[in-house]
Amino acid sequence: MKKNKNEGYVGMRLLGLMVLLYVILYLLKPENTIKAAKASINILAQILPIFPLIILFMWVVNYFIEPKTVSKYVGRGSGTKGWLIAVVTGILSHGPTYIWYPLLKDLRSQGMKNGLIAAFLYARAIKIPLLPLIAYYFGITFVIVLTIYMILASIIEGKVIELIE
Amino acid sequence: MKKSFYKALKGLGKMIPLFLVVILFMGLFLAHISEEIMSEIFTGDPLRDTPVGAVIGSISAGNPITSYIVGGELLKKSVSLYAVTAFIVAWVTVGVIQYPAESAILGTRFAIKRNILSFILSILVAIATVTTLGVLQ
Repeated sequence: MKKNKNEGYVGMRLLGLMVLLYVILYLLKPENTIKAAKASINILAQILPIFPLIILFMWVVNYFIEPKTVSKYVGRGSGTKGWLIAVVTGILSHGPTYIWYPLLKDLRSQGMKNGLIAAFLYARAIKIPLLPLIAYYFGITFVIVLTIYMILASIIEGKVIELIE
Repeated sequence: MKKSFYKALKGLGKMIPLFLVVILFMGLFLAHISEEIMSEIFTGDPLRDTPVGAVIGSISAGNPITSYIVGGELLKKSVSLYAVTAFIVAWVTVGVIQYPAESAILGTRFAIKRNILSFILSILVAIATVTTLGVLQ
């Protein structure tokens, strides 16, 4: 996998384009653009409290966990234990998916397999606190069946990612 | 110890512009695409609506709660459970709006493969779930 060392540069360029898009849209549809900006601020306010947690995780990974430990639990030879860790931590993780990318990148550089990263990201779709709400709309049987298939799908996705690497 | 902390802070800091891009993109989506627009795309034919549900879920963004509410409304409008399931699964597993950040941080090839696989799996999970429900009930 090609190393991406220029996230900051790419990010600044994309952010510049996005700001330009907002300026153009503001000139065309000011009301909708203000609505979009307000929605963005709301999202930012919701995810800000999660940032210290991510910094803490990244710090712990960098300082306390050695690459050989990462390799042992989620590396090439981790086996069933690795899949279990990826799926369970994916289900238990909070916040939007994209704020987990930096930590996953760090873990990968220390030996985590791409298949397990994919399984973690897929399993994040199973949100325990929201299960009662899905049950309310679609029924308890639906929730149970869907959750089982999504766990299976997270492992299938990880395995396929490994196969086509 | 201090060095590791600053490394973590710097690592996350470098990615803040990418996070802001995703957040601003989501803001545009929420301001321009209403629940009514999403509902109007479905026809009531499960064969056509299931992949359509997966596509709409893939390009949508925001809290998954919204997908359940929209999904519930779609069911009331006689959209098939196959399509609604594909829609809610793709909403949380495929990230078209998050793609710029995923691609820049985890790699373009990984992001493309993962999103395509998640899209296909959203349809397969929908078919498996609804078929199993049919057998159970």
